[in-house]
Amino acid sequence: MPNVSHFERLPMRAGEQVTVFVEGQALKVDSYDTAAAAVLIAGLVPSRTTPTSGSPRAPYCLMGVCFECLLDIDGVANQQGCMVKVRDGMQIRRQAGARDIHEPRQETAT
Amino acid sequence: MTETATQGARIADVCLIGGGLVGMAIALGLQRNGLHVAVLDEGDVALRASRGNFGLVWVQGKGDTLPEYADITRLSARLWPTFAASLQDSTGVDVQLQQRGGLYLCLTEQELDARARMLGKMHEAAGGDYPYETLDLKQVREKIPEIGDTVAGATWCPEDGHVNPLLLLRAMTERFKAQGGIIDNTGRVETIEPHPEGFRIHAGGDWDCARVVLCAGLGNRELAPQVGLSAPLSPNRGQVLVGERVRPFLDYPTGHVRQTGEGTVQIGDSKEDVGFDSGTTTEVMAKIAHRAIRLFPLLRDVKLVRAWGALRVMTPDGYPIYQASTSCPGAYLVTCHSGVTLAAFHEGPLADWIASDRYDPSLEVFHAERFTL
Repeated sequence: MPNVSHFERLPMRAGEQVTVFVEGQALKVDSYDTAAAAVLIAGLVPSRTTPTSGSPRAPYCLMGVCFECLLDIDGVANQQGCMVKVRDGMQIRRQAGARDIHEPRQETAT
Repeated sequence: MTETATQGARIADVCLIGGGLVGMAIALGLQRNGLHVAVLDEGDVALRASRGNFGLVWVQGKGDTLPEYADITRLSARLWPTFAASLQDSTGVDVQLQQRGGLYLCLTEQELDARARMLGKMHEAAGGDYPYETLDLKQVREKIPEIGDTVAGATWCPEDGHVNPLLLLRAMTERFKAQGGIIDNTGRVETIEPHPEGFRIHAGGDWDCARVVLCAGLGNRELAPQVGLSAPLSPNRGQVLVGERVRPFLDYPTGHVRQTGEGTVQIGDSKEDVGFDSGTTTEVMAKIAHRAIRLFPLLRDVKLVRAWGALRVMTPDGYPIYQASTSCPGAYLVTCHSGVTLAAFHEGPLADWIASDRYDPSLEVFHAERFTL
């Protein structure tokens, strides 16, 4: 299957374990990991679709250059996942198309 | 053009200097008239206003002190749909033209009154044929629900629109080349030598041509006097901020903020007299961003991904120079700071004027003599 992540963890200094949620699924990752790494560990590929053509994308350069790893992190979209360190309880979601900046509509008063 | 051109020089009917939006639009119009055109372009080192502009096809307020300028602006806006469609037909490039009207947003009542008065005068000067409306905040909100509460109102013109200027330049260049046009960017044009049969141009290589059209933006200052013309131009810097792509929130272009077809937020409209420095400054960028957030509070958290400065090509009165040389027949000067809005006019009537080589009294108001009389 072309969409299987080839992410493989090489030996590294051990950090603490933290729990993040990728599309709502709890995932234990290392505290040194980035949100993009968490997405790759979780196999969430593709992790976004592009704003214009809607084509599928996934983390690529992992060093802040290519912007392919844009994610919705804790409710804020268009975040470069490879530049954001994981935090315990972080909510990471796929990003579909462009970020929506519309203000949430106020609830009708009852 | 004669066959006796000195060896070593390349030959074209018309050499056009400057491959920006102004030059390429005229080059296409000259090709349409059956002329063999070479565009001599400085290359990527050029100041190139065409790479930095905002992309408005803008009518409202243009020509408030020169009705003839209002006329060609509106004519160009009318010609734009056909022009854009023909570019798409020939190149497949959709330049994202949208002409559904535009708003000039005002933060204070004074600003709004001044604009309404100016447009009122233009309406009168045009004998009532000048569509615009003054909108209060409530009326603005009907067009832009996300407008900020501190906006006083806006002036609205149904003839305004916008386009992607980079795609426009690309489409025109592709079409020009596909139609056999030559773009020579092997070097800056150093001298233009008029001679009885035309011109010898010294650039990276030499060119011989019967006619030469100067479309070199600020570079026209040095080139024009070599063919008996004058181009008293000065640079005026604008800084532009580009935000991340977001879902559509803005259906109309405004004087300060527009959203492109891809969702990119583009913010601008600063004016600075800083010579040939095309850089950016934190101070001006902050000012631009502050105003944008007052106009559109939802932009508060939008990330900037790019910013740039570019130099407008300004005459002392802000209006174009369109002029044929009398001392060096066959030499033309075309310069303006609205290369996007006027592109359809340049490709059409203006190129036809150059191709016909006839005197056009209607263009006399655009001669550079107005600055010395």
